[in-house]
Amino acid sequence: MKDNGESFVTEDGRTIGEVMLDLRDITLRFGGVEAIKSISFDIREGEIRAIIGPNGAGKSSMLNVISGFYIPQDGEVWFHGKKRAPLKPYQVARQGIARTFQNIALFEGMTVLDNIMTGRLNYTKSGLLAQAIWKGKAEREETENREKVERVIDFLEIQAIRKTPVGRLPYGLKKRVELARALAAEPKLLLLDEPMAGMNVEEKEDMSRFILDVNDEFGTTIALIEHDMGVVMDLSDRVVVMDYGKKIGDGTPDEVRNNQAVIDAYLGVAHED
Amino acid sequence: MSADFLYGIEVVLNGLMAGVMYALVALGFVLIFKASGIFNFAQGVMALFAALTLVGIMEGQVPFAHIINATFGTELHHFGWEVPAILAITCTVGVMILFAWAVQRFLFRHLVGQEPIILFMATIGLAYFLEGMGDLMWGSDIKTLALGLPQGGSRWIEDATAGLGGDDFYGFFIDKLDMVATVVAIVLVAGLIAFSQYTKHGRAMRAVADDHQAALSVGISLNFIWILVWSLAGFVALVAGIMWGAKSGVQFSLSLIALKALPVLMLGGFTSIPGAIVGGLIIGVGEKLFEYLVGPMVGGATENWFAYVLALLFLVFRPQGLFGEKIIERV
Amino acid sequence: MLYREAGDYKTSYTADSQTFPIAFDRYRYWVVLAVSFLVIPFFITDYLVNALFMPFLIYAIAAIGLNILTGYAGQVSLGTGGFMAVGAYACYKLMTAFPDVNILIHVVLAGGITALVGTAFGLPSLRIKGFYLAVATLAAQFFLVWLFNKVAWFYNYSASGQISAPERMVFGVAVTGPNTPAWASYLVCLVFVTISALIARNLTRGALGRQWMATRDMDIAAEIIGVNPLKAKLTAFAVSSFFVGISGALFFAVYLGAVEVGEVFGINKSFLVLFMIIIGGLGSIFGAFAGAAFLVTLPVFLKLIGVDLFGWPTDLVAHLQLVIVGFLIMFFLVKEPHGLAQLWRLAKEKLRLWPFPH
Repeated sequence: MKDNGESFVTEDGRTIGEVMLDLRDITLRFGGVEAIKSISFDIREGEIRAIIGPNGAGKSSMLNVISGFYIPQDGEVWFHGKKRAPLKPYQVARQGIARTFQNIALFEGMTVLDNIMTGRLNYTKSGLLAQAIWKGKAEREETENREKVERVIDFLEIQAIRKTPVGRLPYGLKKRVELARALAAEPKLLLLDEPMAGMNVEEKEDMSRFILDVNDEFGTTIALIEHDMGVVMDLSDRVVVMDYGKKIGDGTPDEVRNNQAVIDAYLGVAHED
Repeated sequence: MSADFLYGIEVVLNGLMAGVMYALVALGFVLIFKASGIFNFAQGVMALFAALTLVGIMEGQVPFAHIINATFGTELHHFGWEVPAILAITCTVGVMILFAWAVQRFLFRHLVGQEPIILFMATIGLAYFLEGMGDLMWGSDIKTLALGLPQGGSRWIEDATAGLGGDDFYGFFIDKLDMVATVVAIVLVAGLIAFSQYTKHGRAMRAVADDHQAALSVGISLNFIWILVWSLAGFVALVAGIMWGAKSGVQFSLSLIALKALPVLMLGGFTSIPGAIVGGLIIGVGEKLFEYLVGPMVGGATENWFAYVLALLFLVFRPQGLFGEKIIERV
Repeated sequence: MLYREAGDYKTSYTADSQTFPIAFDRYRYWVVLAVSFLVIPFFITDYLVNALFMPFLIYAIAAIGLNILTGYAGQVSLGTGGFMAVGAYACYKLMTAFPDVNILIHVVLAGGITALVGTAFGLPSLRIKGFYLAVATLAAQFFLVWLFNKVAWFYNYSASGQISAPERMVFGVAVTGPNTPAWASYLVCLVFVTISALIARNLTRGALGRQWMATRDMDIAAEIIGVNPLKAKLTAFAVSSFFVGISGALFFAVYLGAVEVGEVFGINKSFLVLFMIIIGGLGSIFGAFAGAAFLVTLPVFLKLIGVDLFGWPTDLVAHLQLVIVGFLIMFFLVKEPHGLAQLWRLAKEKLRLWPFPH
């Protein structure tokens, strides 16, 4: 695979677009600890990009840099061909980047529907007064957002739990609701932090199907962190491998599989398909 | 030296000693917060309750006399004996331990794992409950605490320092009670530190403060430790209650010193004993100096709010307090 | 059998997100409104208005305000008394400076001024969280009370240091001052409560309410999914203070008529309103009403039982009240953190499925 062209075809025969997000020499420090050491990689339009690596490799920190939660000490983030100034997380969200979290970060005191509706907050234009009066603009907007959200609910097959408080849901469903909240924002780039952690085989299959469908039907670009190698190799178009804050491999699943450094650091022990 | 400057120094000295008193109350907060993560708003009312109980026992008051009289038409008020101070203090400590047990058994055992803010609000409820209870048990009239503690300004210091300034300066006015309180506070802090460093239960207490789970796994009883810290906090409250009570009488306003301890904690951090002391001193000196320098220009009584505004401004620039570590947020 | 949603199909999302999704609730709501506006004013007495209705209605507004800040947006405030004082003094200054303007407009403006002050004191919430913030709001409480006490301009240099409401008319009927008929002061408060509750309901069921709740439940996640924390918190402070300010203005102008700031708007008022929303239910408009009703009727009830029935002295009853309120706070936090509103909700949920719960 070569990434000098505008777009190219992967080994599965899928066409992948131009660079959407480009991370250049990102370095992130907490006090004296370097969580990320000068890492560069890109995410291309329409692809599913996996970030893998052992625990503590800095994967989640990387997602946090992308979503603006951590500001790296060095390096640049380019989004849609423009260098991104240091933004607040909510500003990043407004640019069309949505995400899920490793330890589910749903709003426990709210219903499933309200949780997913929060994904639409960036599309709300009506002001304080309009919302206070409700009738008219605010209500119209609410209905439009609700229609969008209902589509996501149908898509993820969670109609039955719409009005349930999130706190009462089992783990697997919570993960799905979190995905729904991210999807409701109609993101250009979707970041998934271990979407299948702690799931059984059946739930993993469901989740994999949803991820592929999102990518297919909505054309959403996806970057995901996952530990299950089988899932990663099946789902992703390209893989970045991190270890101790460094990038040790980058390429298609096959390339990564055969990369000696990767095998040594991470895969060599257990992986055999 | 000019008299104004010397009076300024006197203000600072008095502020330092007021600060020690604040620190004394703040200490009770820190003990409980470190071990259980509970921000105990009732600490001030505990001081009031302890002082009321002490006076009640010493004077041989009949508890709940008021309500019994009202219900049965009796005329009870005193048993007719007086209890020596030492014995009364011992009894009061016993009552505070009983209180600690009850709080643990009936309130916080049912709130394990709740959010800190819920626990905080529960202690506000506790404060109301205890305040009403103290009034019901011992009556709400202002009581004097006759422990024989020295009162009034120290002539000796006044005479000894009078020569420092010119004719306008009459020497430092320093309350003897404040000096006693300072000594008691220092002894108390030293005692607490010795307790937590050198005794088995003290070490267990610190272990719990560090990590609940780990402490549990090495066989420390959380329940016991929590009762222990609440008892210690009750003891600290008693000491604070005695000092403040001797100063201004045992009355409702005593519970308000807890409110003064809050900004102290915000400055010093909720988990640091040295922080509580330094914070107390800063607040004590700060509010006295501010009242001395700025108060006359704005109509006085700035002590009502100065501590809070200082703590507020401070926190805006340093949310973790003086001694806290920088907070790294995670998702 | 009337109380159910079976058969009451919703054919639009608008119908589904309305305030009372169950038909029976809607009817009851209209009945309550009709009785409040059309029946009670004819039977109301001075005693009922002063002992029950006015404090209930006015505290309900304050509780709605605090519930928006604490129950919905998760920012605990102990400064409610101070903000009520801002509303009261703003109303007083407006009433005396512009005597020809309608008093109702003054009350709303007083709310607006309080909103500004509340927003200013809300600024630290961007840096300070949890009970650090709760303590920081004490700064507002003590500073504001001190300010109104010390700066004579606020009380128009009156000798007593008090402010007292001059008589003002609405449609030719006095609503402030000593000549106010009971029904008039009742109606004024009722109108404000109704509108406040409606506005609060609209704000909390829509986008803004979701921003608040998201910030309350998990502020970091909320920011990452696109909630501007500055906006969420400051609007919560502003809207909350608006209601609290209105309640303070009514408390002064319509209810008490004369106010000494330290006595009326001290720290205890802050606690009282906080207790109302804890007992009533955090994050519930209905809870604000339930809590206010409960804590307004409790002293009246205790006085009836204690003083009138048992012949106890009043101070004894007052102490007993402290014990009971304190106990109830702890009880609700242990047994039912969502307060009376949750008990009500559970009862309704049972009723909805009755008589076939499975």
